[in-house]
Amino acid sequence: MSQSWRQWSLIASAIVLGLPLLVIVLALLKLPFGGDFSTLSHLWQTVIPEYVQHSLTLMVGVALGVILLGVSTAWLTTSCRFPGQKLLSWALLLPLAMPAYITAYTYTGMLDFSGPVQSTLRDWFDWGYGDYWFPQIRSIGGAIAVLSLVLYPYVYLIARATFLQQSATTLEAGRSLGLSPWQCFLRIALPLARPAIVTGTTLALMETLADYGTVQYFGVTTFTTGIFRTWYGLGDLNGALQLAGLLLSAVIALILLERWSRNKARYDQRNPRPAAAFELRGGKAWLASLACWLPLLFGFLLPALQLTVWSVERWQVWTDADFWGLAWNSFSLALIAAMLVVIIALWLAYGRRQLPVRAVRISVGFAGLGYAIPGLVIAVGLLVLLTAVDHAVIATSKQLFDWNPGLLLSGTLFALLFAYTVRFLSVAIQTLQAGLAEIRPSMDEAARIHGYRPFQVLRHIHLPLLRPSVLTAIILVGVDVLKELPATLVLRPFDFNTLAVRAYEMAGDERLADAGPPALMMVLVGLLPVILLSRAMLKSQQNALKEPDFVPVTA
Amino acid sequence: MSLLQLDHLQVNIGQQAIVRGVTVTLQAGEIGCLLGPSGCGKTTLLRAIAGFQPVAAGSISLAGQTVSTPAFTQAPERRGIGMVFQDFALFPHLTVAENISFGMRHASTQEKQQRVDELLNRIGLPGYQKRYPHELSGGQQQRIALARALAPKPRLLLLDEPFSSLDAELRERLAVEVRELLKQEQITALLVTHDQQEAFAMADKAGVMYQGELLQWETPYQLYHQPRHQMVADFIGHGVLLQGTVTASGTMASPLGMLEHPSLTNVEGGTPVSFLVRPDDLVPDPDSRLRGRIKARGFRGAHNLYSVELSSGIEILTLSPSHEQMEVGSEIGLRPDFDHLVVFAADHCELPGFQNTAPAFRPVLPKAQSA
Repeated sequence: MSQSWRQWSLIASAIVLGLPLLVIVLALLKLPFGGDFSTLSHLWQTVIPEYVQHSLTLMVGVALGVILLGVSTAWLTTSCRFPGQKLLSWALLLPLAMPAYITAYTYTGMLDFSGPVQSTLRDWFDWGYGDYWFPQIRSIGGAIAVLSLVLYPYVYLIARATFLQQSATTLEAGRSLGLSPWQCFLRIALPLARPAIVTGTTLALMETLADYGTVQYFGVTTFTTGIFRTWYGLGDLNGALQLAGLLLSAVIALILLERWSRNKARYDQRNPRPAAAFELRGGKAWLASLACWLPLLFGFLLPALQLTVWSVERWQVWTDADFWGLAWNSFSLALIAAMLVVIIALWLAYGRRQLPVRAVRISVGFAGLGYAIPGLVIAVGLLVLLTAVDHAVIATSKQLFDWNPGLLLSGTLFALLFAYTVRFLSVAIQTLQAGLAEIRPSMDEAARIHGYRPFQVLRHIHLPLLRPSVLTAIILVGVDVLKELPATLVLRPFDFNTLAVRAYEMAGDERLADAGPPALMMVLVGLLPVILLSRAMLKSQQNALKEPDFVPVTA
Repeated sequence: MSLLQLDHLQVNIGQQAIVRGVTVTLQAGEIGCLLGPSGCGKTTLLRAIAGFQPVAAGSISLAGQTVSTPAFTQAPERRGIGMVFQDFALFPHLTVAENISFGMRHASTQEKQQRVDELLNRIGLPGYQKRYPHELSGGQQQRIALARALAPKPRLLLLDEPFSSLDAELRERLAVEVRELLKQEQITALLVTHDQQEAFAMADKAGVMYQGELLQWETPYQLYHQPRHQMVADFIGHGVLLQGTVTASGTMASPLGMLEHPSLTNVEGGTPVSFLVRPDDLVPDPDSRLRGRIKARGFRGAHNLYSVELSSGIEILTLSPSHEQMEVGSEIGLRPDFDHLVVFAADHCELPGFQNTAPAFRPVLPKAQSA
């Protein structure tokens, strides 16, 4: 009785979480059945070809970029020994702490006309405006560079795990057959790691499609900026919904590609002995070192330095009460959202563990799809849904009590928390499931048979064993919420600001230095999950990260 | 008094009956053992006794008190049973001492400490109180798991493949140690395993389960020498089943020649039967008329186990001391020497009348274990 109630509640929560996406899918389905193509065909004639072209260019560029940076650094740090290799193997994750749009702001600050680079060049060569050619950072090429520098750790992490898992004998067999280290990489390691590389790249591409801050700032028109403009600029809700639908289809294609590549991945775990590393000396060692330092330098060190310079330049901001109010807003919102998400994730993860039924498994899997869906798409779908509910509530309330309660759902933090839950639930679920997997069912039974009632088992066994996973999940979700830009931008209540939105507004007003302090704060907090991730990565050096649980997990 | 009584027990998982019609009695202080291939339902049966699985038919009684019927399942924590799990299930966040005293909830701190010290001494790990499970080897974890199950002095101890994750040598030594410990503590225990050596080393009573049914529940000696079912004969020890026909005079025409045995006198003449030939039932004898060619030789330490093809094309097994080496391909004479002749009806069932009374046999001490 209570079991079936619980099963239905699990399925219901998955459906509620999926509602914003269903709204968009419905809007897309209405097209062929309703037959009203006017909005879409207008968009097709005007903007869509451009969005498609830009998005594709961006994706191809970012894919090449992250594969080049991620695979080369992963191979060098796992299978070669050179000065700094130990330090680099975790430091290469640092760019994950930088939100892409923040990196974009810093490079604009460094490389535009008045920035330090061009000023120095002009000083040295005594040039003036128009005397010389300098690449325009605010362009699609700039966006590709910035996104690649920020997103390559996805490929790095997953390729690294694969390279570590490749059994020593395979590579030794290659060497015994006369392959040089370089040939070993090209002919054995790389083909074996191909599925993992595809997985990492699709993750990076999902982030690319979801990105709003970078492309908006660089003036590259893609689907996300298009949705925003169609809606806010042109007030065309239908158009925005249909664009979101198109973006969603592209993302779903990526999800399918990712699933497929994960299934293709086969791991040889018969021999856990790691392959002996190649000892690099002299010039080769320096080159390898350089190849690994460059992504770190450009992906993290320089942008972080620029943020620090701005933060020192605008030191007054740090004494400003408004700024701390903003920080308080951000942190409390992040904490509330993280706790909410983790509680829901606990409910779903325990349901999945205790009710091994197909329907529950599918529901929990469905609830965890949000990680791939761009925040803007979730926000659009959610806003349409909540506005409709709100209007119904207002109409009923007016009729019954002659009182207008206002926008109860769409105009409050409720909308924001809902969106965060949809987007970040999978992060929490995967972390908790990894933690729960450590508590084997036999431990529950061992406690039961020693006279502990189910609730006491929860207290004496699960609580202490699961605490690290719960903390990790709260940190991961909290930091993601803190950095989230597009959904926050759309759904925040009137006059409610966060650090991310402030940085975005300052950059939009060409007050880049003022974006420094809030951005620096986000990056500093963003270091937390990176530290957790690198600790987990180093800990799992021997039994490298299991593929399906590709989520930062720490003990 | 019987401590554990299973009465025509049936356990379902989903719609499927995993355990069917199992009746078992275990006296206080006895060690019982359920043998069987994986997937035969023996673990499910154990979990039903522990109270983790409801029963679909029949009942489970503990010391005369019914704890499981289709309508009622007493919660596991109220049964006073101890259990050792296949994966040990030690709590990784608790020390060895905390793990062992985990089930002694109503004991004073001093009682707990005393019992922990006592048990650690008995299992040969004194001074390990402050260690954590992950600092211990597999064999040590296994002993701690056993100590944890014993600490609250359970009425009945269940052991689910307790040695399966250990290496072979450690497994045999621990089985003997655990039996001694259980006897010292006067604990009634039921063990589940697929390893017959383990069962032989530990059990007072043993049974073979196959596809959810318990085929036989007797002493390990009887299981080996008087199997009542072909599956039991097949599962326990080495051996070959051959076909024969009982003649009117109480002998049997078989591929090994005419065999005489007291147990055949009860069988009606003309009945086709299968009979079990253990390697120690055939003795190499150069003068015998029964001839065969050696196809393979397996070194078993003190013995060699030979696979011999008779001139009729039938393959049988035989043993000989390993210092009398015979070469593969050479011819060999064999003389049947049955202490026990185990016959089954040829249609794969127990012979009528054999159901409840074992065929008569001369009690002979078992030879050196041949399997």
